[in-house]
Amino acid sequence: MKATLVIRRGAPGEAPREETWQVPCEAGQSVLDALRWIRAHRDASLAIRYSCTNANTCKECMVRIDGKTVYACTARLHEAPMKVEPLPNKALLRDLVTEIAPPDERLGGA
Amino acid sequence: MYAAIEAARRGRKVILADRSLIGRGGATVMAQMTVAVGLEEDGLDDPAHHYADTLAAGRGLCDPAIARLLCEEGPARIREMDAWGVGWARENGAFKRAFAPGHDRPRCVYVDFLNTGPAVSKTLRTQLNRIPEIRRVGDLLVTALALRDGACVGATALHLSSGQPVSIAAGATIAATGGLTRMYRRNSASANMMGDGYALALAAGAELIDMEFVQFFPIGHLAPRLVGMDPIMWDPFRYKLGGRLLNGRREEFIDQYGSKDEGRYIVTRDVATYAILKEVEAGRGSPHGGAYLSFEHCSEAELRGAGGPVIDRLAENGIDLTRQAVEVAPIAHYHMGGVRVDAAMATRVPGLYAAGEAVGGANGANRLSGNAITEALVFGRVAGEAAAAHAARNAARADGAAFAAETERLRQGRGAVDFNPAAMVEQLQSTMQDDVGPFRTEAGLRRALEALRALRAELVAVKPAAGRAYDTMLADWHDLETMTRVGECVAAAALARTESRGAHQREDFPGMDEAWRVNQVLTLEGGALRIARRGVPQ
Repeated sequence: MKATLVIRRGAPGEAPREETWQVPCEAGQSVLDALRWIRAHRDASLAIRYSCTNANTCKECMVRIDGKTVYACTARLHEAPMKVEPLPNKALLRDLVTEIAPPDERLGGA
Repeated sequence: MYAAIEAARRGRKVILADRSLIGRGGATVMAQMTVAVGLEEDGLDDPAHHYADTLAAGRGLCDPAIARLLCEEGPARIREMDAWGVGWARENGAFKRAFAPGHDRPRCVYVDFLNTGPAVSKTLRTQLNRIPEIRRVGDLLVTALALRDGACVGATALHLSSGQPVSIAAGATIAATGGLTRMYRRNSASANMMGDGYALALAAGAELIDMEFVQFFPIGHLAPRLVGMDPIMWDPFRYKLGGRLLNGRREEFIDQYGSKDEGRYIVTRDVATYAILKEVEAGRGSPHGGAYLSFEHCSEAELRGAGGPVIDRLAENGIDLTRQAVEVAPIAHYHMGGVRVDAAMATRVPGLYAAGEAVGGANGANRLSGNAITEALVFGRVAGEAAAAHAARNAARADGAAFAAETERLRQGRGAVDFNPAAMVEQLQSTMQDDVGPFRTEAGLRRALEALRALRAELVAVKPAAGRAYDTMLADWHDLETMTRVGECVAAAALARTESRGAHQREDFPGMDEAWRVNQVLTLEGGALRIARRGVPQ
């Protein structure tokens, strides 16, 4: 089985671009698995944020998938193309990474 | 987090720097169930019993002063967490206590269902947020400790969200960076558990101890694919329901390895790891290369009682425990070794302290189930107290010279780099898993040391310059610099220890050797690793 991810990339001030990746996968695998596979096998510069790796404990891997806000680690891959974007209501840092820390936990914050 | 709370209680201002979001990464948040504590109030237990079990599990290598501290202060910390509303499971008003392997009686408090880690983390975060003297700063990847006249005066970090170097001046510094299990292909770790504190302390002149002892958790989830759950989640089910561990032929096998299981859960982690991997080696593994764990003899009601809402999360993954066994296999889980400290959590570098799993010595060659959260709280409190006292005598001073070299180093390097650090991380994880894993040989360890040195040499040529916001390749590069160094520490110490003890199993040197009842202490001298044997403190 192969999944197709259409990923919105770019940094603040850049024109966003869409990249399409084919990822080999098995039943039950998560979007986070696919994003990590792309980094290790295709393009390590893809920026993603996660800590606990598929346990859904850290809650850091929140992204938009096909217009819905979800955790990449519990969203399952399927064969139809999936559109992966950064959260629209948070400041963009790079690619799929947004500023999700509370303001008083940032450098230069409150 | 506890270290910050204690230092602030003692009147100091604290900067709590985290690699990612505050209190979301690390190991505590991942804990599924047990917290070991010798509660004496009902007359059923005592810190002395807990201490005796801790020493026995450590196979003769525990530092008694640090192990005793863990056991004696444990009850106060557990009751404090209770007062803070963590929600330890109770029965008729008393804490429920689970029986875990290696303990002589039921000793482990927990939060249902499989919620100990998240509850402990949340409780500590709530306490932290109430203290204005603690400044929390996330997305800080510390790359070097700052030194003046041999003393630690703060740290230099890479601010990930801006890509800029940051200098942090501090009267005292505590490394609370956890262990190193991300270095293994199969691990139950957060992405920030890769030995940063060990590498930082070592480079600053501190000693590391017992680095060869990496604990593998025997029944980490293997198949079918399961997402949204920690792979160590089967532990609570076993504590409550027992469960049967079966080989690929669906036969019980633990009793072939000198230990009894009998559908209960009494076999220690090192023995179970050994037995499962030996069955796989003999061609009697489960289809994915592990063992079956079966609860098929349990009723739906029993399973629901033990797992609560977790049963629904399993159903989302297509797993029905009444109808199928799952596959499990050993997974890197904890590191017994770490920064060498005294009973005040002080390293030999003035101003530098360690806390939690970053500390070596408390658990010797094998850690008792449930001691990790207890030590996180106890060692955090002690380190916070000692660091606060040190900082009261040694105020933080802005001193550009102590930070200049590392700041310059971070800025140096290439603008555009053509290498794949994510692939190199996977390569390192394979090396550690295959050659520095649960079973070791001289040939494998030498192969690993060579591979780690080659990776390190490759890194030097491709160093990216700091400057770009959330540059994951830059972060991976610094992680690899850390992991190649720490991997070398584990492999070199494992190569030197020509015996098998606890979590360190040498296929070429089976059995414990009384002459090896010593700790190995590692230092960095002129850029080279040195290993010395030291008698175990009495």
